[in-house]
Amino acid sequence: MEIARHWRLQRQRYALVGEVCTHCGDKIFPARDVCPQCNAPAKTPFVFSGKGEVFSYSTVHYPPEGFERFAPYVVALVRLAEGPLVAAQLTDVEGEKIEIGMPVEMVTRKLSDDGTKGTIVYGYKFRPVINLSGSPERVSKPEAPATHPTHRSLRSASRALAPVGKAHLRQRGR
Amino acid sequence: MRDVSIIGIGQTPIDEHWDKSLKDLAGQAVQSAIDDAHVDRVDALYVGNMLSGVLSGQEHLGALIADWVGLRGVEAVKVEAACGSGAAALRLGYIAVAGELADIVVVAGVEKMTDRPGQQVTAALAMASDGDFEAQNGLSFVALNALLMRRYMHEYGVEHREFAPFTINAHKNAVANPNAMFPHAVTAEDFCSARMIADPVNLLDSSPVCDGAAAVVLCPTEIARSFTDRPVRIRASASATDTIALHDRRDLLGMEAVALSAAKAYRQAKLTPADIDLFELHDAFTIMSVLSLEASGFAERGRGVHLASDGDIAIGGRIPITTMGGLKARGHPVGATGIYQVIDVAVQLRGQAGANQVKEARLGMAQNLGGIGATVVTTILEAAS
Repeated sequence: MEIARHWRLQRQRYALVGEVCTHCGDKIFPARDVCPQCNAPAKTPFVFSGKGEVFSYSTVHYPPEGFERFAPYVVALVRLAEGPLVAAQLTDVEGEKIEIGMPVEMVTRKLSDDGTKGTIVYGYKFRPVINLSGSPERVSKPEAPATHPTHRSLRSASRALAPVGKAHLRQRGR
Repeated sequence: MRDVSIIGIGQTPIDEHWDKSLKDLAGQAVQSAIDDAHVDRVDALYVGNMLSGVLSGQEHLGALIADWVGLRGVEAVKVEAACGSGAAALRLGYIAVAGELADIVVVAGVEKMTDRPGQQVTAALAMASDGDFEAQNGLSFVALNALLMRRYMHEYGVEHREFAPFTINAHKNAVANPNAMFPHAVTAEDFCSARMIADPVNLLDSSPVCDGAAAVVLCPTEIARSFTDRPVRIRASASATDTIALHDRRDLLGMEAVALSAAKAYRQAKLTPADIDLFELHDAFTIMSVLSLEASGFAERGRGVHLASDGDIAIGGRIPITTMGGLKARGHPVGATGIYQVIDVAVQLRGQAGANQVKEARLGMAQNLGGIGATVVTTILEAAS
């Protein structure tokens, strides 16, 4: 079940909250509290825009246990606009020609479930960037995090979910 | 610090051993290594293993195996570093003998993978990567290698079929190895038409899920001749680490820990890559052979893939690799692989490799990777003069 494990990761999974190193300015995802570039302490939260591009990708035909019903599915290393790489699934790519350099954006989707009574785990996946006419577009520069509507709604979603998780844990504690 | 030598080797054939348990396999390998070394006492046993807990419901392998093979009472412990567990255990044995904490040490590697269905083994192997941010997002261990391979092909303009000579070479060399899982040749056509696992990685890019155990006996070089005429000396033993997650790497194709570990080993042995007569590298996937050759100093960045097409990796080539079949065709029982590699080098240096003998082999290198090179142990061995 691992409920607490998934609850601990909700800010990272639902809102791409990482860290910024106040020493060298490196943007860090996933959070690790020590800057991988300069080894200085880095505990200042940083919210990523969710925009990026495909750095490498693969279609998984033989999935690990727990992911069977999603197969075949596409995984990728995404280079986030702010710098770091993130490992994730690509979604909404049926019929799409995936290429290195393709612009993608973060969405929240089901990652896995554990039978009819188990935990459903949600988290980030990335989809091709959609413009209003519905066809993929290339993003020339990343949008600023604070003005990105998808990002704002995700952040409020994570706030809304937090008390639910904590209440559950307290209940279990008693 | 004392000089250390290998005085005995033992291995089971690698296969789907449905009739043998983890204990049976380890016991067979340890007993045959002890017989080969003609020792009448053992001070310590170190056991390399990755997956006994999750696949066999059995941990605590140190005491388990020691008792099973009649070594009850000795110091014994399991060492885990994913697919690098075998060489990590060897390094612990080396430290014990070199540091004068033990005289006769047995190091074993064992893995029992075929008791479980494929998707459970796939999930277990993914434990070598970052659980929270790779495995939980559905990235299998094969997929991580696929991401590296795709990026390599993109950066250096390489086609998938250019990796075929690595698999063809490994299978060719396995034919004369009685312990190999796949002692048969494959062709470039077989390679190109193999079924896809996680594209561009297909079945013939990949090492198999299998069972096996291997063991070596170590002692100080100064007494090695009293046990055997053909001791194999450990000239260097060096371990290094990198980020466990691919997304945290500063240089995705650079294999930093491979470079660090190899450089440390060359320094210890006062050697360069040009001195090495054969190289048992960690060919869990064809892309790993390429990146290991580059980071270990046998090819420039982006040129490793061409060593195969140029014939440099064949027995008789400039730097023969996977001379007994490698992980691809000999087999890759993950926690045992590091010991199988060292045994393959030892067999070459003893001049016992038969049809696969590298002529006048004096210095051989084995390199075992845990995860995508997050743990790397490089061992340089030398034939007794």
